[in-house]
Amino acid sequence: MGPQHPSTHGVLYLEVRLSGETVVDLITHIGYLHRGMEKIAENRTYTQFIPYTDRLDYVASMTNNLGYVLAVEKLMKAEIPERAKYIRVIVAELQRIASHLVGITTFTQDLGAFATPLFYGFREREKILDLFDELCGNRLTYDYMRIGGVQFDLPKGAGGKIRGIVKYMGPKIDDLENLFSSNAIFVARTKGVGVLTKEKALNYSVTGPNLRASGVKWDLRKDEPYLCYDRFNFDIPTGSNGDSWDRYKVRIEEMRQSLRIIEQALDGLPEGDPTVKIGRVIKPAPGEVYMRTEAPRGELGFYIVSDGSAVPYRMKIRSPSFSNLAVLSELVKGAKVADVVCVLGSLDIVVGDTDR
Amino acid sequence: MPADTGRQVDISKEALLETARRLKNEGFNDLHCITAVDRKDGIELVYIFYAMDKHACTILRTRLTLDDLSAESLAHIWRSADWLEREVYDLFGVKFLNHPDLKRILNPDDWTIHPLRKT
Repeated sequence: MGPQHPSTHGVLYLEVRLSGETVVDLITHIGYLHRGMEKIAENRTYTQFIPYTDRLDYVASMTNNLGYVLAVEKLMKAEIPERAKYIRVIVAELQRIASHLVGITTFTQDLGAFATPLFYGFREREKILDLFDELCGNRLTYDYMRIGGVQFDLPKGAGGKIRGIVKYMGPKIDDLENLFSSNAIFVARTKGVGVLTKEKALNYSVTGPNLRASGVKWDLRKDEPYLCYDRFNFDIPTGSNGDSWDRYKVRIEEMRQSLRIIEQALDGLPEGDPTVKIGRVIKPAPGEVYMRTEAPRGELGFYIVSDGSAVPYRMKIRSPSFSNLAVLSELVKGAKVADVVCVLGSLDIVVGDTDR
Repeated sequence: MPADTGRQVDISKEALLETARRLKNEGFNDLHCITAVDRKDGIELVYIFYAMDKHACTILRTRLTLDDLSAESLAHIWRSADWLEREVYDLFGVKFLNHPDLKRILNPDDWTIHPLRKT
């Protein structure tokens, strides 16, 4: 399957060995979208690298921006204004919803729900993209976060617009859930398919919704809070079987929790300037830092080594999709060939994220 | 629980396997990340472990000399090491001994260079 195949969500090549319809072995080949991001980082100043992070997981650029600037700020031991923290939480959670909408609806398309659910998902997602467009002038590659804050403050009337989106989105998530959960074909194709046990998930360092679907209650926003996530009330949805169905259910529920967080963040949004002036050329003191954040697909980590100059000496990007994809061959052994598409879709990987 | 910045431990490469096993017994169930840094006079391997129950982080670092770029693989203890070690091999040329399938992962198989090396 692949490298060009509609269900591989990008240029990914799966070498499947079959006995009739049954999968005997699966070998995953990645790297078709490898752009050498880590090497590029060694030749860009800290600020110049922000737009490159947009192109890692291009379905959730905002959270990549966030993970990167948080790592640099941790390296510099910089404090950011309260307003910036709240704005970052709001846009990161909106991005999580937009990303899960794509994840879920492309997954159902892989299972044969051709185009219709995808259009519903993309229609709702467009509301969020429109808002981001107004916020920073880009629909997909935002380049919005800055070291020390955000590029622009929320425009006039944005608060009301975001509340409008929250109000609109709740019933639409219910609609989507009804559409899929009451569909006999969808249920039959996902329940018990691609079971990922808790032990295996941890051993493979699977993170994010895929880990939680296997019954591990672990979310960095709760367990190692960054920004101001510790001030908000929200639940961490988990699954019990770790099958494709649970991975879908966890994502649906996570969108609802994100709406809760956004509402609370809007209520508590402080006034003031959202950016501290740090300057364009940043020279952090020599040292290393590792910072991980809860991106929509799992834990995104940046390991940055500084030698005191204006460019990173080394930057490692620990992407969630990379580790999540590694487990695929384990999940599909013994399954039918059509289930490969189902399991891959349920893991919700982005090839830009695996290959970097 | 606030984010743990982690304790950093420098070890010799001979002690790597034993230290890793001990960490596993101590509850460090997540080998989160493996990477390397080219320090010009040698390659530094970096292993990031997390113990979820204890909210603890340990970062192991070991220095390899340029004349012997090899280290024991941890892939039979943590399966996550499989791909992560392949990536370090691909980008830095570090050979992991007893790895189940050590080959390039991001770059083409017929490449002869390791692109993240600085020398």
